[in-house]
Amino acid sequence: MKRIITMTVNNRPGVLNRITGLFTKRHYNIESITVGHTETEGVSRMTFVINVEDERTAEQITKQLNKQIDVLKVTDITDQAIVARELALIKVAVNPNLRNEVYTLIEPFRASIVDVSRESLVVQVTGESDKVEALIDLLRPYGIKEIARTGTTAFTRGSQKSAASNKTAFII
Amino acid sequence: MTTNMKVEEKRLQKTKISGASMLIEALKAEKVEVIFGYPGGAVLPIYDKLYDSGVFHVLTRHEQGAIHAAEGYARIAGKPGVVIATSGPGATNIVTGLTDAMIDSIPLVVFTGQVASHVIGSDAFQEADVVGITMPITKHNYQVRDINELPKIIKEAFHIATTGRPGPVLIDIPKDITVCEAEFDYEQEVKLPGYQPTIRPNHLQIRKLVEAVSQAKKPVILAGAGVLHANAADELKQYAEQQHIPVIHTLLGLGGFPADHPLFLGMAGMHGTYTANMALYECDLLINIGARFDDRVTGNLKYFAPKATVAHIDIDPAEIGKNVPTQIPVVGDAKEALKELIHQEGRPGDTAAWHEQLKKWKQEYPLVYKNDTSTIKPQKLIELLYELTGGEAIVTTDVGQHQMWAAQYYKFTKPHRWVTSGGLGTMGFGLPAAIGAQLAEPKATVVSIVGDAGFQMTLQELSVIHELNLPIKVVIVNNQSLGMVRQWQELFYEKRYSHSLIPNQPDFIKLAEAYNIKGFRAKNEEEAVRVLKEAFSTNEPVLLDFHVTADENVYPMVAPGKGLHEMVGVKL
Repeated sequence: MKRIITMTVNNRPGVLNRITGLFTKRHYNIESITVGHTETEGVSRMTFVINVEDERTAEQITKQLNKQIDVLKVTDITDQAIVARELALIKVAVNPNLRNEVYTLIEPFRASIVDVSRESLVVQVTGESDKVEALIDLLRPYGIKEIARTGTTAFTRGSQKSAASNKTAFII
Repeated sequence: MTTNMKVEEKRLQKTKISGASMLIEALKAEKVEVIFGYPGGAVLPIYDKLYDSGVFHVLTRHEQGAIHAAEGYARIAGKPGVVIATSGPGATNIVTGLTDAMIDSIPLVVFTGQVASHVIGSDAFQEADVVGITMPITKHNYQVRDINELPKIIKEAFHIATTGRPGPVLIDIPKDITVCEAEFDYEQEVKLPGYQPTIRPNHLQIRKLVEAVSQAKKPVILAGAGVLHANAADELKQYAEQQHIPVIHTLLGLGGFPADHPLFLGMAGMHGTYTANMALYECDLLINIGARFDDRVTGNLKYFAPKATVAHIDIDPAEIGKNVPTQIPVVGDAKEALKELIHQEGRPGDTAAWHEQLKKWKQEYPLVYKNDTSTIKPQKLIELLYELTGGEAIVTTDVGQHQMWAAQYYKFTKPHRWVTSGGLGTMGFGLPAAIGAQLAEPKATVVSIVGDAGFQMTLQELSVIHELNLPIKVVIVNNQSLGMVRQWQELFYEKRYSHSLIPNQPDFIKLAEAYNIKGFRAKNEEEAVRVLKEAFSTNEPVLLDFHVTADENVYPMVAPGKGLHEMVGVKL
């Protein structure tokens, strides 16, 4: 099962190494990691998407992460109302004849074209991973030359009441 | 004068000192009695300051010896062991000791030299990525990048090593940091928002446990080293007696509860007693206090305490529920939790039948071996040692058969007398650990029980024993083989003794003489009794080479993959 874990850490040398080392040591599989600064100086936020077998493993991961001195807070936010976003750049082999078709296709995804050349164009899309996957699937028949994905970054919503409906929102 | 001005004045008064001097000053501020180390290029400035510092430094003959000695010291003194090693090979030589300390929760503060900051990353002479290498085997580690941070880092290191679940902390100091100067302020408070160990247990969970005890008909306590780290042996005894609950120890917990107490069932696990293992299998309430449900204790998890409600008191929340599903989790210090439990004065359940059953098992299935006075049975050897030392000695061991016999037949009645490598199972641990233990308690009788193979992994430390005239008795249980490996090959690999037999061991007596240490050899029980008496009547170090029955196996045994209730070798 997929879990989304966010944490705040001290922005110190080697801290990412500490975390990924821990995952390696305990045989946890990382699907994606994102890291960046937060509103507090010296504190970074990391978001992990991991694949685990069961709840117990998920609990072990948060506990083991919590033991790290440089880890300030760990939360498994999978079952909460969250905002989760990923950015993808997709280079599609599109000749000028088909450009308009692609423009129409990506419109409902609120994706944009960020680079155009004679033989290809680059689509930028932001959203939950499912949405990114869906767009990639739609673009695949045109011939995808390259994909770069950032991995999911996420945090909890301000209001937790309507968790279920928020989570199912697809294109926002 | 305003306060601000005073502070300013105080600051100006402070003279700047070098990083190396800071290290020495910090050790003094932490009241460190002894450090173990080995000099080298990157730590020359530190050793120069050490020269006339008055700090007691023990020069071991290998860095591994230094770190195991520090572990032995920490276990007995209840204070962190301190180690200094140089960069590169000095640092990589302590990797085994760090791992050993990490898995057995031993507080250490380890300083490693590093090449100068400006050449880090250039594959310089004796450069190694020590912070990277030791990240998974330390509780925390640092590389000092700014001299101004050094005092804060050392202070944090001592704090982290000794609080919560203890463990090793490493500080990697580039050579230039040890020579440049800054003000030394060691008064500052430790502020670690990401590190707040829970000491006091949750009241609701304690209530739940009290309730479970009152309902239980077959309760049992499994006590680990957490009891010893928390100095909670008295509380454990008081609680067990108050609630009339039998106690089982893990290998590392031995001594936390007196072995001669009627409520004691023995050690659990692969070579535990029949009674302890059957009690774990049959119990309806298992109270784990400071043990981590290691696989050598639980056997096959499918059959571990299958009928029990499990309560687990541990200072490390990550241990709770890691291996065994736990219904009553109690995060906190063992001493605090036990005090709280004693204070609650819960009513014990009806356990008369349970105690009757335990008594029967104890009588019917004690630890047994067949003695033979024409040789030396290793079990008999440990019994002789026990009698001769009145069960009061500090005993250190390596890993393997001799370790299991020591655990089975030396009946520890007091805490902090047993120093062994549990989780990592490190050969070569026992001898240097004895050096640290003896330095922690100069008046105690220290016996280092080692195998003939493990002894040779760190035997160079005999030099230190002689140099400091430490009255350690080194007992070699010599079966001319890697005993436990041989035992497994006999039992599980069709007696194909692949590289486990060593019939051409050196003359250990001559070896001892080379190190100016007295040596005695014994080949039968009568000789053994005689040389033991002689060895223990002197206040000098003695090496004893006991040629024991070579093909003796450790029993009883839970074979790998089996449940605790499936012990073999229970009866003669």
